[in-house]
Amino acid sequence: MTGTSTATGPRTSPTTSGVGQSAGRPDARQKVTGEFAYSSDLWLDGMIWGATLRSPHPRAVIDGLDIGAALRLPGCHAVLTHDDVPGRKVYGLEHADQPVLASDQVRYQGEPVAIVAADHPETARRALGKIKVSYTELEPLTDARAALETAAPRVHDGGNVVRHVKIRKGDPAAVAELVVSGEYQVGMQDQAFLGPESGLAVPAEDGGVDLFVATQWLHADRTQVAACLGLPEDMVRITLAGVGGAFGAREDLSMQVHACLLALRTGKPVKMVYSREESFFGHVHRHPATLHYEHGAAADGKLIYVRADIVLDGGAYASSSTAVAANAATLGIGPYEVPNVRLDCRAVYTNNPPCGAMRGFGAVQACFAYESQMDKLAAGLGLDPVELRVRNAMHEGSVMPTGQVVDSAAPVAELLRRVSGRPLPPAAAGTDRDIRGLPGGVSNTTHGEGVVRGIGYGIGIKNVCFSEGFDDYSTARVRLHLIGGEPAADVHTAAAEVGQGLVTLQGQIARTELGVEQVRVVPADTSIGSGGSSSASRQSYMTGGAVRAACEQVREQILERGRGLFPGHEDLSVSGGKLVSARDGALAALADLLAEPAEATVTWRHRGTSPLDPQTGQGDAHVQYAFAAHRAVVDVDTELGLVKVIELACAQDVGRAMNPQAVEGQIHGGTAQGLGLALMEEIQVTGGKVRNPSFTDYLIPTILDMPPMKLDVLELADPHAPYGLRGVGEPPTISSTPAIVAAIRAATGLALTRVPVRPEHITGTGPERDA
Amino acid sequence: MRVSMRVNGRRVTAEDVWEGESLLFVLRERLGLPGSKNACEQGECGSCTVYLDDSPVCACLVAAGQAGGRDVVTVEGLAGAAGLDAVQQAFMDAGAVQCGFCTPGLIVQAHYLLRETVDAGGPVPDDGEIREVLAGNLCRCTGYEKILDAVRLAAARKAAAAAAAAGQAEPGQAEVGR
Ligand code: FES
Ligand code: FES
Repeated sequence: MTGTSTATGPRTSPTTSGVGQSAGRPDARQKVTGEFAYSSDLWLDGMIWGATLRSPHPRAVIDGLDIGAALRLPGCHAVLTHDDVPGRKVYGLEHADQPVLASDQVRYQGEPVAIVAADHPETARRALGKIKVSYTELEPLTDARAALETAAPRVHDGGNVVRHVKIRKGDPAAVAELVVSGEYQVGMQDQAFLGPESGLAVPAEDGGVDLFVATQWLHADRTQVAACLGLPEDMVRITLAGVGGAFGAREDLSMQVHACLLALRTGKPVKMVYSREESFFGHVHRHPATLHYEHGAAADGKLIYVRADIVLDGGAYASSSTAVAANAATLGIGPYEVPNVRLDCRAVYTNNPPCGAMRGFGAVQACFAYESQMDKLAAGLGLDPVELRVRNAMHEGSVMPTGQVVDSAAPVAELLRRVSGRPLPPAAAGTDRDIRGLPGGVSNTTHGEGVVRGIGYGIGIKNVCFSEGFDDYSTARVRLHLIGGEPAADVHTAAAEVGQGLVTLQGQIARTELGVEQVRVVPADTSIGSGGSSSASRQSYMTGGAVRAACEQVREQILERGRGLFPGHEDLSVSGGKLVSARDGALAALADLLAEPAEATVTWRHRGTSPLDPQTGQGDAHVQYAFAAHRAVVDVDTELGLVKVIELACAQDVGRAMNPQAVEGQIHGGTAQGLGLALMEEIQVTGGKVRNPSFTDYLIPTILDMPPMKLDVLELADPHAPYGLRGVGEPPTISSTPAIVAAIRAATGLALTRVPVRPEHITGTGPERDA
Repeated sequence: MRVSMRVNGRRVTAEDVWEGESLLFVLRERLGLPGSKNACEQGECGSCTVYLDDSPVCACLVAAGQAGGRDVVTVEGLAGAAGLDAVQQAFMDAGAVQCGFCTPGLIVQAHYLLRETVDAGGPVPDDGEIREVLAGNLCRCTGYEKILDAVRLAAARKAAAAAAAAGQAEPGQAEVGR
């Protein structure tokens, strides 16, 4: 582990919970005792329950809506429809195209049509049942590629292409000795956080509303909610309630506007909690993708060109499709040096469920395709797959297909060497193995016969922070004051703790920068400036950067006071609760300098980025790149098509491990979600309808599915980033999927061009690429 | 209807319970004990795990009426006067908590595993046993590695404490015999 620089003097505290240490979560105790208040746990006297009526059809015209019977139901307090939305009728992160409540038509199954509030969840459910909606069903547009055809019905007036990103680099007609091509498909993955969408809206005396909700970005919520309510932003006050996971699924609004509408209409606090089934309809998913790739290489394996065409199914509304498309495109050839690139990525509207942010955000889909291609190329050249990757690996100074120079560590070859150099788990032995370690496990489907082992590799690239010239910032207020005579810091931001450990990190930074032990991270709310989204692996960088900057200003105020009290001491610092002089050691307790609190509020930005040229995709669009590599070892029961992942090794460069335990947790969790996409996770949509909206039918990895994970954490500081850190959350989700599929291919010799891989793809008893 | 039961050692009564309400709903919404979680309410995730008369169950699958007159222990009831339960402490120490939504259910289930093994004088459970017993508890954040670490840690600490207690007890007995 690298340490903080001491060249500028002993300004850091010897705290045991500072930067670089595995400080414990401040909320852990409440979480293990059950006292932590999640958004679904909130309760107020007199509170009533909201519920949502959703369209059963993926595409239909609404001919009429009759709410009379629902309104007459005893215990039902309100029934609201499109007409009751007082402000803007639509919302959206990038394009406001999604109706708060449908008016004349519905564009996907599950689209909200009406909302009710009642005295009990069961009354609310019955009220929904009494609303009569007459629909004229229309043929839904469900094929993303068909949506591109000129004759296709238009999901929105502007046409079906949400965004087309073009990347053009080098010679478009480049030729190569060896050419491999393939078409790959990625299914629709769900974030499947455990804490359902939920919150409590409380009408306020000033005619505004206070909303307590689980979200990723309080201020983006507020902007959209206020517009839809027709209220000024300062009358919509949002406080972060406990968040039970996010992974992108809380970046768009779900129940926020609805609960506020009902609270304002009834004058009562309104709680809304989605069921698991409703949750599958209540948030966006990972874009399903069809990716066509052609790689050309020289005989020595050096890549000469990549041509690719990516179609992302954005579903019925835009959500963050434009940014997802940009990621899939700009990161679309992977962490490799390629002189000639021609890539087109289109996100389209269909009548499928809306898709948007999920951990990995466009980079996941592309990585499955380009890594599959790298394996194919290695096979064609008779090269080891790791060796082929190393020969093409980008490094610091490499040029992206966008023309952007990678100006900090890019240890692609090193990460591959780390995972491939690890000892392998013991070989599978005979037919008398512990069945718990075999494909099928205690279902007792094999004792080892028909089981073949395979090893596969994957490496991915991800951008960190918001890109393409977006004004990305975070705000932090730090106040150093006395509590019971001891110096203590309050840290206030609007950045969302979603489980990743941001609250821990904020405390670590304050302890390190201010040399105090006592730090309180104040609940996140909209009374302070935006912290930006807890997405794009950006919060350690952005809110970490903001908190550090605010601490530096507070520290400077203290040092200024110190210089006043101790003239002649220029080289002062704070450490261990003391004001310290480089020459004479401790001069005073910090408490003695804090008769007046010291406080600073800072709005902090990362270095600027530029938009992509719309014709060539050239531009310095990204702030930072992050990399992770995986090696997967699998056993495959070739007769039944069952897969047991035996071990996953991951190597990732995190720049600086701000909290090593939390870093490991992110890598473990991200890797698991990648395993899910490789082997089991898919929202199955037929004719625009979701067939498996439950944890019975949408499977996520259990503790039996997850193998031991071996980690290598590299710390190659990025000089542009606070503490040299590199965003951690997303990269491990990206590379585990292709590594696992490569391992299954190695075991079976099958092509496997679609994830999740299903048993029938392995046994050959079903079509490999039906949807 | 009215439902009375013993929850975390206390007799409690919920009034006006609708027949369709689950034990989970009554705990969370009527008895002010939202520690047991509601991630699926279909028996698929284990986030609502509680003890019902000493057996771990998914509270979402138990009708409130069925719990009448019975003994319920939730995650809120595990910490004693002496502080956190060993499993709770180990989850904190091992970094097994991220968003924490799975944590209450996992802690009750892991508590049960250790009660049936180390606490009953048996050996510490191996990884295979831990995985089997926790197979019904979904976690979306951790990939389960640190959850395994936490259960191993709690088991080891309990085993060490039991060994230490036995070590102290023996000389004591010897003294009596002298
Ligand atoms: S909430 Fe009971 S098992 Fe999921
Ligand atoms: S810690 Fe988030 S679900 Fe387990």
